[in-house]
Amino acid sequence: MKNSLPKLIGKRCLAAATSLVFVVVTVFAVTNILPGDATDALLGQNATPQTVAALRHGMGLDQPIFFRFWSWLWAAVHGEFGHSLLNGLSVADAIGPRLHNSLLLAGAAALIAVPASLFLGITSAIWKDTFYDRIVSIMTLGVVSVPEFVIATIAVYVFSVRLHLLPAIVDVGSVHSLGQFLYAFFMPVTTLALVSLAQMVRMTRAAMADTLSASYIEMALLKGIGPVRLILVHALPNALGPIVNAVALSLSSLLGGVVVIEVVFTYPGIAGLMVDAVSSRDVPMVQACALVFCVTYLILTTFADIVTILSLPRGRKA
Amino acid sequence: MIGIFGKLRSKHDRAVLLLVFWLLLALIGPLCSSYNPGAISSQPVFSGPSTAHLLGTDYLGRDTLSRLLDGIRHTVLLCFASTLLSCSIGTFMGIAAVTSKSWVEVLAGRVADGFLAIPSLLFALLVIAVFGTSTVALIMTMGVIYMSGAYRTSRALSQSVAQRDFVTMARARGEQMTYIIVQEILPNIAGPMMADIGLRFIYSVLLLSNLSFLGIGVQPPSVDLGSMVRENMLGVVYGSPAMIVPVIVIAVLTVGINVTLDSHGRKD
Repeated sequence: MKNSLPKLIGKRCLAAATSLVFVVVTVFAVTNILPGDATDALLGQNATPQTVAALRHGMGLDQPIFFRFWSWLWAAVHGEFGHSLLNGLSVADAIGPRLHNSLLLAGAAALIAVPASLFLGITSAIWKDTFYDRIVSIMTLGVVSVPEFVIATIAVYVFSVRLHLLPAIVDVGSVHSLGQFLYAFFMPVTTLALVSLAQMVRMTRAAMADTLSASYIEMALLKGIGPVRLILVHALPNALGPIVNAVALSLSSLLGGVVVIEVVFTYPGIAGLMVDAVSSRDVPMVQACALVFCVTYLILTTFADIVTILSLPRGRKA
Repeated sequence: MIGIFGKLRSKHDRAVLLLVFWLLLALIGPLCSSYNPGAISSQPVFSGPSTAHLLGTDYLGRDTLSRLLDGIRHTVLLCFASTLLSCSIGTFMGIAAVTSKSWVEVLAGRVADGFLAIPSLLFALLVIAVFGTSTVALIMTMGVIYMSGAYRTSRALSQSVAQRDFVTMARARGEQMTYIIVQEILPNIAGPMMADIGLRFIYSVLLLSNLSFLGIGVQPPSVDLGSMVRENMLGVVYGSPAMIVPVIVIAVLTVGINVTLDSHGRKD
């Protein structure tokens, strides 16, 4: 067979590796494209040609660009991202605990968003053009159409300012029990879930509606198959590929959402760290955060694509 | 009104009409405001609507309506410029990729695919960290981010058109590449491409608003809708229009165009 399953998965992994190279090169290139370099920022007004030359030599900036790229990459692979330009602290040390916090937030949100969006998407495709479907469509279109911070600020306004139910700021240090966890994380997690859910619902609905309009579904219906069996046995397996793909693509909006949610709720995560680093133009920190984000995203999308290939009989031939 | 909308049968026409409306508002709006958007009035901060200040005042006691009109101008014009940039280059490259198979186009395709591996907000953060938040940098950043999307759409759309006889005919006549792209293929994908441009415009409005809200988009003393929400966040406690109205304007702008493009998507 020309396109066997392992071969396809191998191809996908190869594509992921290409993307990874592209991402790494882009991150390095963008941050090295300017004529000035870190020495200007570090020395400021004290810069004399001698000190600049000495510091450039000390930081290895007088080396050829390929050599610098290689040593930067080598260090990054070993978890060594250099030091923050702002306070001289190790970037890796700053990122470590915050990455854990961010993964906790994103993971909890995904845990809510994925099942909820699958349920909403599939049911609204089944009950297409009913009142329920229309409500879901309008709500999700509304959420997709407004920036993430709008949803977050509305949530803060309603639950913290008006109802005094939940804290507007997440205090991770005070979380010791499940109750405290729910209290502190409820709002950021549900907001993030809502933001990333909308896109998933829309794409799941489209995939399911597409499958349900196929002629073999009509055939099955005419044979007299019950609705549950029709959906679960005939429609769902064929819609699974596009649905998994939809979930993977929505992870991008989850990542975008994480950035905004962390800032709104002053959550101590890696995205908030990155925004601060961008404001102060702390390039090593930005590089490291961007790499961590992009690699996470790449792993997730590749994983989802492999699931798509495995789940879809058609995909094996494509 | 129904007469006008009846004539504008396709969703693209209506989306274009909406875009033109927002552009006009962006260009003419600030001329109609009765206050300098930066001027501090004698009113207390976060005051409610009054006859002097129709939407009240903001966190420094400035007229909200004047600032809103100025904010709309920045948001709409910045996003329009970046959309123009991304869609013109992206569309051209997309058609070119189908029309000729030289290595430049193959490379462009690879780069465009690569860009999809980087979430847009992240890429914007990365670029802004290096180039700063000048107007040109913001336009270029958003332009580059959405270029790959426009490229993919136009490549997909022109795939079938490029196979048609009149393109083969034009090639046989020995026409230039540019002629085939602009005169033969572009008019045939213009309709669906307009819908794509509308979407990219929405995306860039969302991105710019998010960036400004995070404090790394449009910088004071300039103001756009996102930074207006940011600077008036304290007003949320008083239910101040200075914080709520820009949120509503963003929603009306984006939902409006999205609904126009989406509602007919199923029927067409």
